[in-house]
Amino acid sequence: MKARIFVTLKGGVLDPQGKAIHHALEGLGFGGVNDVRAGKLIELDLADGTSDEDIDAMCRKLLANTVIENYRIEKVA
Amino acid sequence: MRSAVIVFPGSNCDRDLAVAFETVTGAKPAMVWHRDTELPDDIDLIGVPGGFSYGDYLRSGAMAARSPVMQAVAKAADRGAYVLGICNGFQVLTESGLLPGALLRNAGGHFVCRDVALTVENAQSAFTSRYAAGETVTYPVAHHDGNYFADAATLDRLEGEGRVALRYAEGVNGSARNIAGILNETGNVLGMMPHPERVIETAHGKTDGRRLFEGLVEGLMTRA
Repeated sequence: MKARIFVTLKGGVLDPQGKAIHHALEGLGFGGVNDVRAGKLIELDLADGTSDEDIDAMCRKLLANTVIENYRIEKVA
Repeated sequence: MRSAVIVFPGSNCDRDLAVAFETVTGAKPAMVWHRDTELPDDIDLIGVPGGFSYGDYLRSGAMAARSPVMQAVAKAADRGAYVLGICNGFQVLTESGLLPGALLRNAGGHFVCRDVALTVENAQSAFTSRYAAGETVTYPVAHHDGNYFADAATLDRLEGEGRVALRYAEGVNGSARNIAGILNETGNVLGMMPHPERVIETAHGKTDGRRLFEGLVEGLMTRA
């Protein structure tokens, strides 16, 4: 079983990396980009039967810092 | 008086901090490896040094905060031992929940490595007792992730409780309210981005950081 964890900065938390990417896109001549926010994707290969609670605990205890980040779990068959 | 410096893989200010501790205490601190699960029972002072623990993987300080030794550090802090986290050490202390908030990437996106002017906001703490409130001191900074962040309620609480120990006297990294160093509720844990251990001897060019360590030792002597 696999799970994908998407970790993103909370709204209102400054994202200099996203800003730099935004500037680079504009530098390449791409107009119409209103904003860029960068995040992380963490793929977990899990033993079958790993509980949702456990995956959630992994996110809360390590994968995301909930002071500044949100996370979303996507289970992949 | 017993002191210790925690060493993570990737720490690079551990020896500087050990020299600072030894200079003011007269005794060599124990160098405690991240996998150790215990600290000496009678430990008085613990340094969490700067560097790039675990290569800053995941987030700065994130892996180090979950290493076995940090549970022992939390226990010692609970008991009242002084804990000083500098730079990466500050990041480790926020990641481990010993201090509130988080250190984000610098607002300008650049690594900042230079001397900065700081204002001592709270001169009552064990760490700052040798300074005067409102005094300006100069310490070097060297960090990429020093932009202090906390929600408005937390920032208000820190300010109201006198837990902002040091504030940047100039723009450095986008830190909320220019916060450079904060104390925990009981005042025995300080996290700060600037490096006092790099300015303790005349050969360093400045000695502004020395009084921080001297004040700590003085506090420990009076307490004992």
